[in-house]
Amino acid sequence: MITLSFVYLLGGALFTAVAILSGLDPSNPKRARTTAFWGLMALSLLLGDRISDFGNGLIVLGMAVIAGTGGLGKGSLTPEAEAERQAFRQDRGARIGNWLLAPALIVPTTALTGTLLLKDLMVGGVHLVDPKQATLIAMAFGVLLALAVALPLIRTTPLVPLQEARRLLDTVGWSAILPQALAALGAVFALAGVGKVIGDLTATYIPAHSPLAAAALYCCGMAGFTILMGNAFAAFPIMTAGIGLPLVVMQFGGNPAVVCAIGMLSGFCGTLMTPMAANFNLVPAALLELPDRYSVIKVQAPTALILLAANIVLMTLFAFKV
Amino acid sequence: MLTLAGIAIIAIGVVAGFNPLLVVTVAAVVTGLAAGLSLHEVISALGKAFNDNRYVSMVWLVLPVIGLLERAGLQDRARALINRLANATTGRLLIAYFFLRQMAAALGLTSLGGQAQMVRPLIAPMAEAASEARFGPLPDPVRHQIRAQAAAADNIALFFGEDIFIAMASILLIRGFLAGNGIEVEPFALSVWAIPTAIVALLVHGVRLWRLDRQMARTMQAVKP
Repeated sequence: MITLSFVYLLGGALFTAVAILSGLDPSNPKRARTTAFWGLMALSLLLGDRISDFGNGLIVLGMAVIAGTGGLGKGSLTPEAEAERQAFRQDRGARIGNWLLAPALIVPTTALTGTLLLKDLMVGGVHLVDPKQATLIAMAFGVLLALAVALPLIRTTPLVPLQEARRLLDTVGWSAILPQALAALGAVFALAGVGKVIGDLTATYIPAHSPLAAAALYCCGMAGFTILMGNAFAAFPIMTAGIGLPLVVMQFGGNPAVVCAIGMLSGFCGTLMTPMAANFNLVPAALLELPDRYSVIKVQAPTALILLAANIVLMTLFAFKV
Repeated sequence: MLTLAGIAIIAIGVVAGFNPLLVVTVAAVVTGLAAGLSLHEVISALGKAFNDNRYVSMVWLVLPVIGLLERAGLQDRARALINRLANATTGRLLIAYFFLRQMAAALGLTSLGGQAQMVRPLIAPMAEAASEARFGPLPDPVRHQIRAQAAAADNIALFFGEDIFIAMASILLIRGFLAGNGIEVEPFALSVWAIPTAIVALLVHGVRLWRLDRQMARTMQAVKP
């Protein structure tokens, strides 16, 4: 059975290449640190299941220290290299035309068909791929397929895609692994029982006397805690155990399905407004080379606030029907 | 009470401008210590959780493909494509993308789209090209504003579309959580309650994007003498 290990093997190979190419990049002012950072990431992907939990913990600490004390460096292009790239683009653009769009669509299409087809595909009585991870595994195959199509089409060497991945990761930097680190933080919070403490505190100090007030407290709590945690999934069990179930559902008789569904969406409003949700907010700002890394959040905030208010109203209208 | 120290560290650390990756790691270690774990136990718990969540970072696998295609001029192609549509404006293009992205997500097709896969190589250059065709060369702030709008449209459409699909991770999480508390709900009962907010999101953000075109026209008029 093909499992996530296959995807991690590819990821490990990619980050190993990025680490080596960063180390060989004379235009990067901090290449040793950059190599160490991506090297640790590669180590985690390749050997994470063989080394102890403590060893993995040390990898996390190492990456955090590198990012927190001076950070990573970024390569730059000389004017000659820039001109050469421009010429390459014009030459390939004239030769390939709109066919260039085809490989770009291979990855999403393969991920999609793979999810639908591979999930139930049995070979000799076992699943060919782990059905729970079909999408990610199919995406990884899509990447290989797209490269296999694009490399001959563009007529270039396999080193080019790796070098370009290195350049893109230079722009994204340490925030590339923040989502994963936040998921880990959520697990530690759950282990430490943070949710129960927050619920007890809310019950003691913040009174809610009406269904509207209870719904508002829960929705704002979901949004606020998501802003801190960067992830509505991490905020949901904490806030729902603390406020959603005891107050909105038990005390005021709210329908749990409505309360939880709209509560989660209130968390998503928070995701739109927090730099902690790096993959949605900071990473695009870096990828799109925006000088203000909060510019995506600024565009999203008005919609997010209106939707949060709408969620409170919707929950009050629909959750308490008798 | 001490268990909440980690939350305080996140709030203070991010506001004070420390590196978020470092802040998150310190918050995790402090929270674990406050809950009575030993340092060795905390680091192990953090390492295990990090290792279990490696799939989160696998979106980056797509970078070699995107990088290679961009090297060969993918963004120029996207621009050229938009220039052939006479009626395309930034606002209309982003409304169309928003709608398609939200519908696709509601059908469970969340992998059609995304910041690295779609927005950077295709949607952002198209949105820029649409305004360039109308107004001529754009000043940098306007260009950056358009790119941020493209990224925001992708996020908002995804968030308020995906929960309508019954097999989405968040629906499964809610179901699992409620089951753990002795409440059984059908996935459909949850996903149907994502629809009202999805409609409001489409209306609110659609109006904002529609107004973006007029706003752009005004800005460009002010820039040009």
